[in-house]
Amino acid sequence: MQSLSGRSKVVVKKEMTFAERMYLPAIWNGIMITIRHFFGKKATVKYPEEKRPISPVWRGQHVLKRDEEGRERCTACGLCAVSCPAEAITMQAAERKKGEEHLYREERYAATYEINMLRCIFCGLCEEACPKEAIFLTDRLVTTEFGRGEFIYGKDKLVEPVDARIDVSKRQTKAVLDFKQDKRFAHNR
Amino acid sequence: MTEFLTYKLILVAAVFGITLFIAMYSTYFERKVAAFMQDRIGPNRAGPFGILQPLADGIKFFMKEEIIPANANKILFVIGPCVAMLTALMAGVVIPWGGSLEINGVQYSLQIADLNIGILYVFAVVSIGVYGIMIGGWASNNKFSLLGAIRASAQMISYELAMGLSIIALIMVTGTLSLGEIAAMQGGGVGSEWNFWNIVYQPLGFMIFIICAFAECNRMPFDLPESETELVGGYHTEYSSMKLGFYMFAEYINMFISSALMATLYFGGYNFPFMNDLGLSTNVVTILGTLALFVKIAMFIFFFMWIRWTLPRFRYDQLMNLGWKGLLPLAIANVLITAFVMILLD
Repeated sequence: MQSLSGRSKVVVKKEMTFAERMYLPAIWNGIMITIRHFFGKKATVKYPEEKRPISPVWRGQHVLKRDEEGRERCTACGLCAVSCPAEAITMQAAERKKGEEHLYREERYAATYEINMLRCIFCGLCEEACPKEAIFLTDRLVTTEFGRGEFIYGKDKLVEPVDARIDVSKRQTKAVLDFKQDKRFAHNR
Repeated sequence: MTEFLTYKLILVAAVFGITLFIAMYSTYFERKVAAFMQDRIGPNRAGPFGILQPLADGIKFFMKEEIIPANANKILFVIGPCVAMLTALMAGVVIPWGGSLEINGVQYSLQIADLNIGILYVFAVVSIGVYGIMIGGWASNNKFSLLGAIRASAQMISYELAMGLSIIALIMVTGTLSLGEIAAMQGGGVGSEWNFWNIVYQPLGFMIFIICAFAECNRMPFDLPESETELVGGYHTEYSSMKLGFYMFAEYINMFISSALMATLYFGGYNFPFMNDLGLSTNVVTILGTLALFVKIAMFIFFFMWIRWTLPRFRYDQLMNLGWKGLLPLAIANVLITAFVMILLD
């Protein structure tokens, strides 16, 4: 039969020759291989100091964006939660009070907004579903924690700080922007 | 008398400390060597290059919960690792760590006890070492531990025979059982004082000895007493905390001692080439010689690790075949050949 990889070998159970029974030539070959690797190039990436290059469209930890005036864009419509195949997103909506116009962009906002990072599969469907350009996936990694509860990220971790905006321009490629130019999404701008 | 006692006590403390220190850092280098041979970097977080890793490991061992199984024989369970550790440390007594230092006109030999039966002493102590493993494995009251212990004792007995015979050929050449004398015989300088190291006279004996040393230390490819893949953890399956640490430590001390023994018996001990031709004072030569010995030991320890991370484990029947049908006849042949050559040369 034709082998698929072309690398298969027929195994024959034969008596070992004297040299093979001595083991020593084989051991010599073996230790020469290991010593070559000993001085060879190491494959390790020393992670926190040294990071592997990631793709420009890498999908990491989410961010809830604010607009130019620092108001939260999210209006708690729930489309992200509906689109989420892993059911990782939950939220509760609340109505904007008078005097809160500098905090929230729309009359309705998310009072709580939680993403369970253990459930999330980082598919980016929430980003695609969002009509308000409020949620984006960034190139940040979700850090490790000691407990499961700590992986449920609330608004404190998700909403971007006013004074430290998070750049999501990599996610807004030309194709995405062209798509968003569609007049059906004009209310976002 | 007090002077003699202080000198011996200082020497004992120094050898004890150095042995423990080297055993400690062997664990670090074991992990480094393993990592390098597998294209990794190894521990590098505790201190620069991970140099504090052994300390962290030691603290971890002390902090771990200590479990004695309910059905274990409690006294023997505790004695096991103690015996393993004790016998491992005892063998260092007869090894000549250097020539002699001259301080205020008095000669201080760097060997704790120059027994005239030094080799026999080492063999006796190493043989007791198997009791540590036996007792520990039996007292655990666990079938895997017991299997590991049985394997350990069978393996040690099998390989001790070949090891002893390979040493007999060496003793025939040197004519003495004292390690101090054997080391001294290999020294010298250029000219009539020139002496070859024993490896030149006994290459086959050395091969047998080093293979048996691997088996005696339970190192790969002879680590059947532990063989994680078959026996969970072998004789120390039930051990935890510092008692497990003692077993691990005893293994590394054994490795260090057998490296020292091989360096002394076959590779000139504390002697190095041209030691008497450099025109240095006795004390300097002694210190350099001790350094040379430790360099040799380090190379042997590296060789132990090199082999461990190269070869897979023997199957049990292969191990026994190699010991009884391979090495034992070879060792006997070596003795005979040595005898013939000696008679021919006379």
